[in-house]
Amino acid sequence: MALAPSGNQVSTTSPVPAPAQIPELPKEKEIQAYREMLLIRRFEERAGQLYGMGFIGGFCHLYIGQEAVVTGLQMASKQGDQVITTYRDHGHMLACGMDSKGVMAELTGRRGGYSRGKGGSMHMFSKEKNFYGGHGIVGASVPLGAGLAFANKYRGNDNVCWCYFGDGAANQGQVYETMNMARLWHLPLIFVIENNRYAMGTSIERSAATTDFSQRGRSFDIPGEQVDGMDVRAVAAAGKRVSDWVRAGNGPYILEMLTYRYRGHSMSDPAKYRTREEVDKVREERDPIERVRARLLQRGWMSEDDLKRIDAQVREIVTAAAEFAQADAEPDPAELWTDIVL
Amino acid sequence: MPTQILMPALSPTMEEGKLAKWLIKEGDMVKSGMVIAEIETDKATMEVEAVDEGKVQRLLVPAGTEGVKVNTPIAIILGDGETASAAPAPQQAATAQQAAPQAKPAPAPASVPAQAAPPAAPVVVALQDQTIPAGTEMVSTTMREALRDAMAEEMRRDKDVFLMGEEVAQYQGAYKVSQGLLDEFGEKRVIDTPITEQGFAGIGVGAAMGGLRPIIEFMTWNFGMQAIDQIINSAAKTLYMSGGQMGCPIVFRGPNGAAARVGAQHSQDYSSWYAHVPGLKVIAPSNPADAKGLMKSAIRDANPVLCLENEILYGIAGPVPKMDDYLVPIGKAKIVREGRHVTMVAWSRGMQYALAAAEILAKDGIEAEVIDLRTLRPLDMETIFKSIRKTNRIVTIEEAWPVCSVGSEICARAAIDCFDHLDAPPAKVSGADVPMPYAANLEKLALPTVDQVVQAAKGVCYA
Repeated sequence: MALAPSGNQVSTTSPVPAPAQIPELPKEKEIQAYREMLLIRRFEERAGQLYGMGFIGGFCHLYIGQEAVVTGLQMASKQGDQVITTYRDHGHMLACGMDSKGVMAELTGRRGGYSRGKGGSMHMFSKEKNFYGGHGIVGASVPLGAGLAFANKYRGNDNVCWCYFGDGAANQGQVYETMNMARLWHLPLIFVIENNRYAMGTSIERSAATTDFSQRGRSFDIPGEQVDGMDVRAVAAAGKRVSDWVRAGNGPYILEMLTYRYRGHSMSDPAKYRTREEVDKVREERDPIERVRARLLQRGWMSEDDLKRIDAQVREIVTAAAEFAQADAEPDPAELWTDIVL
Repeated sequence: MPTQILMPALSPTMEEGKLAKWLIKEGDMVKSGMVIAEIETDKATMEVEAVDEGKVQRLLVPAGTEGVKVNTPIAIILGDGETASAAPAPQQAATAQQAAPQAKPAPAPASVPAQAAPPAAPVVVALQDQTIPAGTEMVSTTMREALRDAMAEEMRRDKDVFLMGEEVAQYQGAYKVSQGLLDEFGEKRVIDTPITEQGFAGIGVGAAMGGLRPIIEFMTWNFGMQAIDQIINSAAKTLYMSGGQMGCPIVFRGPNGAAARVGAQHSQDYSSWYAHVPGLKVIAPSNPADAKGLMKSAIRDANPVLCLENEILYGIAGPVPKMDDYLVPIGKAKIVREGRHVTMVAWSRGMQYALAAAEILAKDGIEAEVIDLRTLRPLDMETIFKSIRKTNRIVTIEEAWPVCSVGSEICARAAIDCFDHLDAPPAKVSGADVPMPYAANLEKLALPTVDQVVQAAKGVCYA
């Protein structure tokens, strides 16, 4: 199983080749990455727990294992950039700076949730944080992301849209309609393909005729590359390099993030399509949080006690979010009829 | 504080399960993510992962126990530095980290009464047509020109409005509705797309979420079916799903319904498909003045608005008031011919049948009141009910298939809400319930006729 980029990390078509060595992150960025990834993980673990207790219903897709992708790319983004993703979206919201209480309260369907309890796990938005959802139809958010990029170009600003989707969505027809138009019109759009190797229960080998998703733009002359999505340094560096290029008006780019989800597709996934050993091996050898933690200790940038202090702070944030999400009231019944049309 | 591990629900519907196997024992250290137990549900065997870290103090439910209810404490974990003496006895349930909710497994927030009566739908405010000042010059204009003029005026007014679709720019529109727009507004705002409806409809919706005001032309609504997911799931639902944060001010427009001899795949009427969807507005004008006024209102509307045009009507001319800003309100039907014997409701091309039938009926002494619906969502039922209360009879006219059609909805609502005012069962004139045939004679048979409308009206009048 290849989680590290196979062969050449950068395809021959990339106009912005990666350096041979992964650039280091400065101390404060490593600490920030550790804190942000840990927040996502602890948040998701708690969401899983609340699901088990019956506080969260329906679908709940956890991001555990993939934290480095959105954390690293958000480090490379700038104010004004838009983020849009599919339904495995809690991590993206937290990384965009959305309040963990509002996200958790949406998961429990309460009035303090980002969508006032009317969206649920898959449907949250924040205009203030430039987060455009939260979409439940696999592949459908990709043209929407191109539309946001179109608006940037129409207005002549230098914002880019980070459009996240999975290896499963990457087989949808409308993704290729979008690639065609995005390249035709030179839209400032970054296709971020989070390849976690499984579209629900179907492995990429069983669903994709070609499994190097970074090359899916070749017919449209869209460059792309594979990145170790379990290493936040590699993600941040690729994100910066590529977004500079896209921001300069060169058109779209594909970043394929090689990553892995530890939990099931949704909560009711018995995960019989992969072995426990496969999951454990990734956790032990490539865990994005453990890798940062090890570097912080090894360089003497943080002590065990310093890290424990961060852990405690993160747990406190998550506990407060969970408590709020359980105590907050359900939406007022009158909300049934609001927000249908303006 | 010591943490209780609770029997988790592993699916949206699970209430209890079998604790098949413990993979840890008392005294073990657990880390988050570690598999600690296997649980059998009616659907599958699932692994349970630890969320909290620490030392297993007690396993409260032995392996092999069947029927363990969701949220029953099954184990106690001691965190860093905690001692066994600090742990509560298992029967004192409510001391773990989610103390309050654990006491009641089914979450029921206090402030909302469980038996709350469903709230009534909000009442719609009555709309009024704009008054056309006396002496206003009326200019004979075709439907396609009226639609073009509406787009041009709104594009002059708001630089965020743009037109996108197949052949809208250099070709000047497959049906010439966008004629001249490229010359005036340039290629930044009049954009030819590849033949990829789902893709460019989605790009339009994304651009609207990003604050622009797109007009998306489908060469015909038959091709818009490729994009129906973007129209319904992305455009119509996002405002609701976002709790009112993320609106989608967009217009989707193009010719709808049967043209002439173009066969089954190019002759479908989507009126009821889109009129069905909360979050959309749907307009279907029958004449140039309404087309202009409604299109201008649609472009200014904060919601997704669909304009169902008709190819046969594009070339028909009619008087359009020469005014700076002629707007027709969305959601307001119009009585275009007053009468006291029977109400006839139509829209778009159906109005041609209705008005022709009304002329014939008048010669037989039957005065038909003809209502042009103009908007299919929201439906202006009040105007229809008011007319029924006067005429006590109703006939609906449409080219669409009869099953679950807009006519079906109007007849049903008339029977439900106006039963006591009806002197005859509602009557419905529709297209035939068949794919559109190509042969000229069969195509004629598949569409309604003026004579059918006359007979239907006479029928409800027992004439």
